[in-house]
Amino acid sequence: MTEEIIIKEAPEQEISINMGPQHPSTHGVLRLVLSLKGEMVQKVEPHCGYIHRGIEKMTESMTYQQIIHLTDRLDYLSAHMNNAAVCLAVEKALDIEVPERVKVIRTIIEELARIASHQLWWCSFGMDLGGLTCFFYGLRDREKILDIFEETTGSRLIQSYNCPGGLMADLHPDFQRKVKEFIVYFRKLLPEYDELLSGNIIMMERSKGIGVMTKEQAISYGMTGPSGRGSGFSCDVRKHHPYHAYDKVKFNEVLRTEGDTYARYMVRIDEMRESMNIIEQLIDNIPAGDFAVKMKPIIKLPEGEYYQRVEAARGEFGIYIISKGEKYPYRMKFRSPNFSNLSALDALTRGHKIADLVAIGGSLDYVIPDIDR
Amino acid sequence: MTNQELKDSILKIEPTAVLEEGKQYLNLTVASDKWHSLAQQLKENKDLAFDYLFNLTGVDYGDTLGVVYHLESTTFHHVMVVRVSADRQNPQIPTICDIWRTAEFHEREAFDFFGIKFTNHPDLRRIFLDEEWKGYPLRKDYDSSLNQSY
Repeated sequence: MTEEIIIKEAPEQEISINMGPQHPSTHGVLRLVLSLKGEMVQKVEPHCGYIHRGIEKMTESMTYQQIIHLTDRLDYLSAHMNNAAVCLAVEKALDIEVPERVKVIRTIIEELARIASHQLWWCSFGMDLGGLTCFFYGLRDREKILDIFEETTGSRLIQSYNCPGGLMADLHPDFQRKVKEFIVYFRKLLPEYDELLSGNIIMMERSKGIGVMTKEQAISYGMTGPSGRGSGFSCDVRKHHPYHAYDKVKFNEVLRTEGDTYARYMVRIDEMRESMNIIEQLIDNIPAGDFAVKMKPIIKLPEGEYYQRVEAARGEFGIYIISKGEKYPYRMKFRSPNFSNLSALDALTRGHKIADLVAIGGSLDYVIPDIDR
Repeated sequence: MTNQELKDSILKIEPTAVLEEGKQYLNLTVASDKWHSLAQQLKENKDLAFDYLFNLTGVDYGDTLGVVYHLESTTFHHVMVVRVSADRQNPQIPTICDIWRTAEFHEREAFDFFGIKFTNHPDLRRIFLDEEWKGYPLRKDYDSSLNQSY
């Protein structure tokens, strides 16, 4: 006797599922509570704070030289840009003009850091979509930049190379040669990235038209960096409020208007090319001179408020200092790009599948310590 | 728009606002009950067009608490800093997350660290700390022994 199979219609009720805090495609300890109908995402609620260290509170009992080392630990892939924001704020407050050499070196190092960050994003984004080869290609090329950093700054990931008034140390004698070698090497290999992933039909099917954000929405959510520029929001701080040597170099702000996952992807790929252009313009023209101006051992900012914006790899990074004339800041706030980008995640993913949520999250490229601070 | 023109057009909208030029940006101070309607105007007025809120900071000034908003116009690229202060015992400031969506998370952060209540906020909960956390850690009078169980 055969058993009768009863097919029931799947219940149409909403279920909620935890994604994270330990999940490979949340890129860190981020917990997302998903409301699902079948496979479709109805709502995403991010729960932050798993790596909250109270850095803003810690800065209130630390000197400005010490704070630099904390900013490394926000967005560790944009460590140089975060360092520079503190240094620029302090230098501006004390009316210190750093030597041209410092400005140029800072620009080159920051662009190298941007390329390295985008490489790591590319390999993890590929892996999120199931392309494991990307992971090895990206890390292989990033290694070259980390080697350059190691020689000059003494460490690979969180370098703390900037200090108020200039740099911690001068360039390594091999720096220029190695950077030039890297540019030649990477110019040859970047088309390989396109061959492997950008033109891949599976990748295009999974990213075109997924997670669309209009320009008005992107501005309202404060979505900056490559994620905002993928929606046509012209938000490059290097263009609009130039610092370092960015007003002396020619580069394009990469903008796309589609606003989907693929647009965000292509902006980052093209930004790597622009970063190489910037480095090429500067690498042979590093002015001679000191690598730092002499600063007092104890820095006291005059009473007042200071704000400094820089373009980190993930968007606009800002530092807001309220000083009462002490050696410690009275209040220091970090405007982290990832925190604002994360607030748009719910709007981006509604009505998409869970697998698309992974692709969209990958295209936002979040770094959790920067969100939690 | 120059800072002077900005001043004139804002004073036309809200005569009680106090504007002064700082070292870096134009500063505006406004009472918390006037803030929401002014914010609406700042965004919707075609000559001001402050459509991008790039930072929101909670501050403990000692006798009062306050929130500092950094605004930019993406069309004209002028920047302005708005200050709204709140009473320390019962700090209440109207939410602006219906105007700038990014404020939703930033206001939750200010609530988490300073206990500033943003009225009409859709989901005002702690964002980083535990729900059971006692006190508001970035206030200057915060007692850190409250949360030490060992």
